[in-house]
Amino acid sequence: MRHVTRLRIGPIGFRIGSDWRGPIAALDDLYRDYPKPDVPDFNVHLFAARPWRRVFRPSVHIGGDFVIPDAAPLPLSMGLLAAEMGMNLQMALGQRRYLLLHASAVERDGKALLMTGVSGAGKSTLAALLMARGWRLMGDEFALVDPASGLIHGFPRLISLKNEALPVVEAALPDARFGEIMEGTPKGTLRHLVPNARAIAAMAEPAVPALILFPSFGFAAEEREVMPSEAFIRLTQASTNYVTLAERGFDALTRLVQGVPARAIDYPNTDTAIAQVERLWRELA
Amino acid sequence: MSHYRAAPPATLRIVPLDALTLIYHRASGITHIVDAPVPEILEALGDEILGVDALLARLSEQFDLPDADPMALAIRLDELVVAGLVERT
Repeated sequence: MRHVTRLRIGPIGFRIGSDWRGPIAALDDLYRDYPKPDVPDFNVHLFAARPWRRVFRPSVHIGGDFVIPDAAPLPLSMGLLAAEMGMNLQMALGQRRYLLLHASAVERDGKALLMTGVSGAGKSTLAALLMARGWRLMGDEFALVDPASGLIHGFPRLISLKNEALPVVEAALPDARFGEIMEGTPKGTLRHLVPNARAIAAMAEPAVPALILFPSFGFAAEEREVMPSEAFIRLTQASTNYVTLAERGFDALTRLVQGVPARAIDYPNTDTAIAQVERLWRELA
Repeated sequence: MSHYRAAPPATLRIVPLDALTLIYHRASGITHIVDAPVPEILEALGDEILGVDALLARLSEQFDLPDADPMALAIRLDELVVAGLVERT
């Protein structure tokens, strides 16, 4: 690959190679304060399917150690998104060390709050807003459960903000660093937010899971207790490697749902959600 | 008539949660999320080999079964055989 960079996110090291300079320059800029791994865990390749497609209508194919066949390429203007998708893909398909939960996570007093839900539920938005309120961001996409210790390890990649979340978070974090606005992505308008210095500095520090929330955006404010069995079912659905981890995954997840309270929260707007989260944290964590 | 025994305890991890019970089946790597009467059936079988009538009698001793039906129990047992949680002998 002509252009290469390396970066570490939480405990995971990546090496990203690209046929184009643009995506690597964007990564080097936005991840400039992240450490570089000695030995990467995963490789990501951004490549042109045919040599001339490097320059003529350039389209970025995503490859690496783990690939899904027939993944649609992205235009070069979305090269950073392709790199992020490539890193996510390696984690989703290749992660064996940790139980991977598709969840955002923030930390306070050494304890972790996990938030998981379908796309559009507000995982990233709520994590970014809690970061703005002094919580330590552990990640907006994946939370890593260590089967050996039960602790949560963070994965604070760039926060991926979409559509109506953009103005809300930009207003809450006026001094934060953002990437370019990307219009017309598969998930609409998208912009990356760089986690703050504290999130990056402490990204290797795990936390004790203390509360699991299942947020849903677009409903009247409501809260409901989620029993361990329901939490277990929802979290297996939110994990890409539960089956792969076999009994280690079973042990990690049963321990998590038996030891950590869980609530479903519906919210009509982010102010309401933040108030619900802070109150539930006071009561339960 | 068929007789049944529970899969060897070493092949199962049984974790009761609230209303539901998790059973991890080591042989297949499959997690079963089960409701009553599955945990009760496995416990009643213990390490013995029982026919449907004997098992139903044992379950009736422990639980108040208003509609004790050997046919329904046999169907449950056959489902558990397919899942690998019970063996037919």
